[in-house]
Amino acid sequence: MEKIFSRPKALKDNPLSYCPGCGHGIIHRLVAEAIDELGIRERTIAVAPVGCAVFAYDYFNFDTTEAPHGRPPAVATGIKRTNPDKIVFTYQGDGDLAAIGTAETIHCANRGENITVIFVNNANYGMTGGQMAPTTLIGQVTETTPFGRDPLREGYPIKVAELLANLEATKYIERVTVFDAPHIIQAKKAIKKAFQNQVEGKGYSFIEVISHCPVDWGKTPLESVKWVEDVFLKTFPLGVIKDTTK
Amino acid sequence: MAKITVNNNRCKGCGLCINACPKKCIAFSDELNKIGYHYAVLKNEKDCIGCGFCYQICPDVCIEVFR
Repeated sequence: MEKIFSRPKALKDNPLSYCPGCGHGIIHRLVAEAIDELGIRERTIAVAPVGCAVFAYDYFNFDTTEAPHGRPPAVATGIKRTNPDKIVFTYQGDGDLAAIGTAETIHCANRGENITVIFVNNANYGMTGGQMAPTTLIGQVTETTPFGRDPLREGYPIKVAELLANLEATKYIERVTVFDAPHIIQAKKAIKKAFQNQVEGKGYSFIEVISHCPVDWGKTPLESVKWVEDVFLKTFPLGVIKDTTK
Repeated sequence: MAKITVNNNRCKGCGLCINACPKKCIAFSDELNKIGYHYAVLKNEKDCIGCGFCYQICPDVCIEVFR
């Protein structure tokens, strides 16, 4: 028998610190596989966020740096402009990208930097224990919205992908999810295309990955993937939101 | 002929692979691993078709698939 699926080379053989069932591990693997398949591991630089993925340098088997909270797009801009031959990507959560880093995110996209952004949206602040994030759904119960998010009090969920699609300089924006195997395979294609765009110098690519956060949602892993399918995706529909790379 | 192997001491027992397996041939172990979880094991090797769905969904990348 031949080994057909195993840990990609771009992912170190270290245990992941994420909670049981967390989507981050799946997304790490997809990024690592895309990088391996494109043969760009030796010249890739990742910028990790503040959040659950803060230890990305322990997992990715290529150069990784760590930015202050919300600032990976700014750090990635600097790295890419001084090292245009490197493949630079940011890996950010919703608290990092959609809350404290909104300004950096929007202006980096508006400048059309030739980088790739992997945005993990799990509708709450995972690392700090499940507080409301800008992407939290209407009615969703979190640590800081114990009676559910009320749009009159906390506003509506920010759809960052649609927001950035309105900017002229953005090239490729897609929303994918990782709640089951067929969608994971689709997510891999999108992530690979986002890196391919950068290799070809096409410009800013943004992949929003709808992920599950069982522990902070107060659900079992199985309940949480079901919730993504039944509830989460109603507010954040999947698909290519913008593609002007052709 | 296909089979999977699970890195017992990396598995956190989330059960997503058991749910994803179209042939329902993965189950939880009876014993605990070093980090205190009932890990996933291939119970019915003859039913495994090597589709890799378990590998795709595993958040801890601790499954390998052979075919």
